[in-house]
Amino acid sequence: MIRAAGLTKAYGDFLAVAGIDFHVERGESFGILGPNGAGKSTTMRMVGATLERTSGDLTILGMDPSREGPTIRAHLGSVPQQDNLDTELTVAENLYTYGRYFGLPRSYLRPKIDELLAFAQLEDKRTAKVDALSGGMKRRLTIARGLVNDPSILLLDEPTTGLDPQARHVLWDRLFRLKEAGVTLVITTHYMDEAEQLCDRLVVMDHGSVVAEGAPLDLIRDHSSREVVEVRFGSDRNAEVAAQLGGVGERREILPDRILVYTDEGERDLQEIVARGFMPVTSLVRRASLEDVFLRLTGRSLADE
Amino acid sequence: MITHAVVTSAAAAIAQGRADRPGARVYSYRPHAVLQRGFLALRTSNALVFLTGFVEPVIFLIAFGYGVGGMIGTVTVQGVEVPYAAFLAPALLAASAMNGALMDATFNVFFKMHYLRLYQAMMATSLGPLDVALGEIGWAMIRGATYAVGFTVVVAIFGLITTWWALLAIPAAVVVAFAFASVGMALTSYMTSFQQLNWLNFWLLPLFLFSGTFFPITTYPEWLQTVIMATPLWQAIAMMRGIMFGVFDAALLFHVAYFLVIAVFGLYATSRRLEALFLR
Repeated sequence: MIRAAGLTKAYGDFLAVAGIDFHVERGESFGILGPNGAGKSTTMRMVGATLERTSGDLTILGMDPSREGPTIRAHLGSVPQQDNLDTELTVAENLYTYGRYFGLPRSYLRPKIDELLAFAQLEDKRTAKVDALSGGMKRRLTIARGLVNDPSILLLDEPTTGLDPQARHVLWDRLFRLKEAGVTLVITTHYMDEAEQLCDRLVVMDHGSVVAEGAPLDLIRDHSSREVVEVRFGSDRNAEVAAQLGGVGERREILPDRILVYTDEGERDLQEIVARGFMPVTSLVRRASLEDVFLRLTGRSLADE
Repeated sequence: MITHAVVTSAAAAIAQGRADRPGARVYSYRPHAVLQRGFLALRTSNALVFLTGFVEPVIFLIAFGYGVGGMIGTVTVQGVEVPYAAFLAPALLAASAMNGALMDATFNVFFKMHYLRLYQAMMATSLGPLDVALGEIGWAMIRGATYAVGFTVVVAIFGLITTWWALLAIPAAVVVAFAFASVGMALTSYMTSFQQLNWLNFWLLPLFLFSGTFFPITTYPEWLQTVIMATPLWQAIAMMRGIMFGVFDAALLFHVAYFLVIAVFGLYATSRRLEALFLR
């Protein structure tokens, strides 16, 4: 569906995207994970045929976006990072006009709008103005709008950023349904839980480059231990204690607020720390996540933004 | 050779059907979809704001045409002796076409571009920059022309129209509004703050007052007359007066050509700017 090779976007001397390779297959849910400024949105805009690449190859459904932009965009649904719903129109009018931009006739759009309003759970908001909607409703409407042309690929740029946990789960549920219906999804996110939940396969981006690629579980297996022990001793003592934890776990990572111990036996190692006479203020044993993969690959935390 | 993907949806079929037409990369032959959005937004949100534009030229006509005009009596212009209000009316007609078009092409376009992010949304569809430019300029033109038609009706009610030729003032107002709208939108695309838009407004006031609107430009020194004759509002006013007083000459054709050239240039510039801003 999408194939990128050496894909690059330069702004003057700055390489926003520095020669990345990836491919997305039909029906797949593909993620681009990385911190803010990693080049995720720039990549997304190039894939969406609304940003010219500087160099490299990019084909979307076999077409070159710099030559066949309008045709490619007719195949895509686009959910931008910031809502750009038409606040001068009602909910249903937003879907209608957007369909008209694709040239779809009224007779086609009338049943389509009913279907999309049901999908977005906004049937009772049909005649409401956009400003009257909550953040989660606006996102669902933006996704519904992106589906008005029955896209082969739906591009979602940070779909749940700024939403409360409940609204996020509602949105994830909607995206799962699309995935089940066979829509190819491309999702950028800086939430590792979102990437783990939604993506079959993903690339991890940092500073415009791809630092890892694979299925979430494979990435965790390849770049992290099975479990992680998080212990806190207070910000001034963490480094001091860590220096005396040699031999505990496979590897340790010292963050400003906590120590991470990578291990296959979390409970055992936590006992070992306590046995050495260190009483953590708080402790947590958890399964390794993409957050740990990112930390391992870049030396930085995803949340350090 | 253009390779096509498998058609999977109605929207894709429409886009592929047009992919081989000339200019397909920038034009999807759908400016009416953009226009339609303007009508929907008018009905849903902007109806009252739209109406205010009718009132302004009427107020000027009453205050200056009849208030000040009552002290002046008649004036002789282009060899015809007319009451002052009749002298003023064609100028206000030209100004209302200009103002209506500019109001939409500047402040509204700026709002839609930077706050609604409307053009970003449109350009993510299969619309091209020329569709958006034509639709939005067309919408601003409709607004300007609507004010001109409304004002023409008022002028007719006041008995200031003496010839059927005056009906030609309406297509003339469309041409004027189109030119101002296209240049206005092109300029607005370069603006980054409302303050810069206010500078545009700052220049509109002297343009309105000194383009032969309220008094003939023959009161100025010759060099200044030449400068003013090059400005768009004077061109519009001279065209409207020629039509309303039934004086048809070569100058009238020149005025029309003047506006058509500006309109096409502004349309081209706007389309290129939209492409640079949202597709590059």
